[in-house]
Amino acid sequence: MPQFKEANLEVNLDEIKHLVSERAIKGETMLLNMGPQHPSTHGVLRLLLELDGETIVNCIPDIGFLHTGIEKNMEAKSYQKAEVMTDRLDYLNTVGNNLAYCLAVEKLVDLDVPPRAQAIRVILTELQRIASHLVWLGTSALDVAAMSVFLYCFREREMILDIFELCSGQRMMTTYFRPGGLWRDVPVEFEDAVRRFIDYFPKRVDQYEALLTRNPLFLDRTMGIGKLTTEQALQYGVTGPPLRATGLAWDLRKVRPYSGYEQYDFDIPTRTEGDVYARYLVRVQEMRESLKIVRQALEKLPYGPVRSNNRKYVPPPRSEIGVDMEALIHHFKLWTEGFHAPKGAVYAAVESPRGELGVYLESDGGTKPYRVHWRTPSFDNLQVLPLLAKGHLVADLVAIIGSVDIVLGDVDR
Amino acid sequence: MTFWNDPIHFIAEWLRGLFIGWGMSGDVANVLIALIGAVVLASVAMVLDILLVWVERKVVARFQDRLGPNRLGPFGLFQPFADILKLIIKENITPAGADKVPYNIAPILAMTAVLLLWAVLPLAPTIFGVDLNVGALYLIAAGALGTLAIILAGWSSNNKFALIGAFRAVAMMVSYEIPMVVTLLIPTILAGTMSLNGMVKAQDVWFVVLSPLAVIIFLISAVAELGRAPFDLNEAESELVAGYHVEYSGMKFGLFYAAELLHAFTFGGFMAVLFFGGWRGPWAEQYPLLGLLYFFVKAMIGYWVFMWIRYTMPRIRIDHMLAFNWKFLTPLAFVLLMVTALVDKALAGAETWVYALGMFLANVVVAWVTVEILRAYSRRRRLEEEAPAKQVIRTGVEGQAAHH
Repeated sequence: MPQFKEANLEVNLDEIKHLVSERAIKGETMLLNMGPQHPSTHGVLRLLLELDGETIVNCIPDIGFLHTGIEKNMEAKSYQKAEVMTDRLDYLNTVGNNLAYCLAVEKLVDLDVPPRAQAIRVILTELQRIASHLVWLGTSALDVAAMSVFLYCFREREMILDIFELCSGQRMMTTYFRPGGLWRDVPVEFEDAVRRFIDYFPKRVDQYEALLTRNPLFLDRTMGIGKLTTEQALQYGVTGPPLRATGLAWDLRKVRPYSGYEQYDFDIPTRTEGDVYARYLVRVQEMRESLKIVRQALEKLPYGPVRSNNRKYVPPPRSEIGVDMEALIHHFKLWTEGFHAPKGAVYAAVESPRGELGVYLESDGGTKPYRVHWRTPSFDNLQVLPLLAKGHLVADLVAIIGSVDIVLGDVDR
Repeated sequence: MTFWNDPIHFIAEWLRGLFIGWGMSGDVANVLIALIGAVVLASVAMVLDILLVWVERKVVARFQDRLGPNRLGPFGLFQPFADILKLIIKENITPAGADKVPYNIAPILAMTAVLLLWAVLPLAPTIFGVDLNVGALYLIAAGALGTLAIILAGWSSNNKFALIGAFRAVAMMVSYEIPMVVTLLIPTILAGTMSLNGMVKAQDVWFVVLSPLAVIIFLISAVAELGRAPFDLNEAESELVAGYHVEYSGMKFGLFYAAELLHAFTFGGFMAVLFFGGWRGPWAEQYPLLGLLYFFVKAMIGYWVFMWIRYTMPRIRIDHMLAFNWKFLTPLAFVLLMVTALVDKALAGAETWVYALGMFLANVVVAWVTVEILRAYSRRRRLEEEAPAKQVIRTGVEGQAAHH
């Protein structure tokens, strides 16, 4: 048996000396290890804090505890099969990840998507955005200890997940969008379920706002905390609500529309303060805007096919396989070998609830992607955390982490 | 004297007769009876505590649109027993590097501090542990022991999170005891006695009518004293994981938890005693057991208010909390105390309704002046905040113009 030299995984003080201030070495400040097992780091984020009393002198994020190797794994799977992994990246934005991946594949092989499929994609991604913001609202309210909001938010989120289950049979890991359209058409109950939700939900948002928006304790905890300027945000590559809370109306749905977002009338909420409270207001307003999009998309939901007719890339419907030899061959080829994508590289980006979610796909002409890279918003947004946290109290740090809204599956991938 | 108008003394007399009949001297019998009384009172409180676990879980579940425990027994009533059983069979871990003696004393002390409070709590006209003539003072002194338990736990755990929790507890308890002591003096002035039973007897008109402001101040400082949300900074599960009791497991943790619940209920009881007429109600004087019922209903409502606040409000930050206490609550409490004392002297000997009306109006005036001062202060702050903002915009434009 080969003898492995035991790797020294422990970091000693000398190796992290440059990260903390002189005073920590002298023992004047306290080094506190927050996480990876901590209720408010939203997963397995580890923060090494240097504290002066309760004031944060330095905050050093340490990521990688949820590394899944999804990018690498996707390179070992054919284009259709790799999609299953995308759900697991940002587990609060599953259909959004599917959408980004499908857009990239469609761009790579030049596939058309029928209008009905596009409209359903928009409805589901916007519902997902609301669901993701609900989780954010609940958990970040929990971070400042407004406990009940958490359970109210999850109650409404469950309605959205029920709609997902109705369509795809899965609450979270749907893999419902496929390159070239959808897995299959939505069931007949879908429209009623969505309509019920959009009629019911505005009252609930009002309720959350009644609990938080003008609550003096909540204002104390969020106003002026974790301020970010537009320049800083752009330097760090921050996107999504944290960027919009600084005053820049940058939203890919507007500036680079995809999936037919240009047809819908909606606003991009912005604030100028750039603090935790501004991010809160932006996200709450975004939920209302998403609702507007869903309502419009549902009203003009066109009839027709939900899958492209390009049989070289999209599997034929089940009904054809039994009667049509060609369809059988296509089916067999697509689910064994997969399709050959033309040589080249594409980048497709969507506006996820957390910011710009991009997929970079490189093809060497084979049936598997040669390289997959995800530009995930959580990863980029997390980088700004040390800047935001400096000089604030530990109690503010949890509010700041909550307001940046990271998903560790999205950070580490 | 029958069982129905003085149950405790009735039983005590019967026991004394029994013990003397067994050949004990009178003194030994008295000591033994006092001891039995203490054990019974503490046991009643702790059994009540088991019920409170259920009440808390059930009520919170309703607040949060859940069902709460509903599997074990009718309405999930046996759930707390399962909880306790689980805690008892868990391993008691003492972390390496912990200071063993204070570490193990702390949970017991936390529970004891609460049980000590029950000694002076007048449950009914004739049902109480002891009618101390400095009951209010005792309440503060025994209550402070709970703080000591938290400090001991935080310090001895050898954990930085626990230590920060203990720091916060010290800052919080030390500051919020002051408005609490001051508001305790208001019922003392109104009743003319520090004995808690005396205070209840003096409440022909509930003190909440005479001094509504004092109730609010007492409620706020009681929540802080209890360390419940929005003042649960010493636990702060989203920041400090569990704060001072982060290293505790099994029944040692259970004691902290139980102490917190019982403490909250006890303070609900003190609210009832000090401001809401305690055991007073129709026929409470004739039938003390009825008074017992009134007391528990009132205390439970107080406890419910504590829960209501806890599960609605976000947690306050430590600097805001201290500023709120020292800059607002403490001065207000002192002003209210002085006004109450002056009005009490001025209206001494007046009719009850004149006295009540005068006191109430004095409170209204103090509240109105406070609100006016706050409004003026926030207006000034707002103007200050708006003024530099305008400047920034102007210089921003100039800077841009110069740049171009």
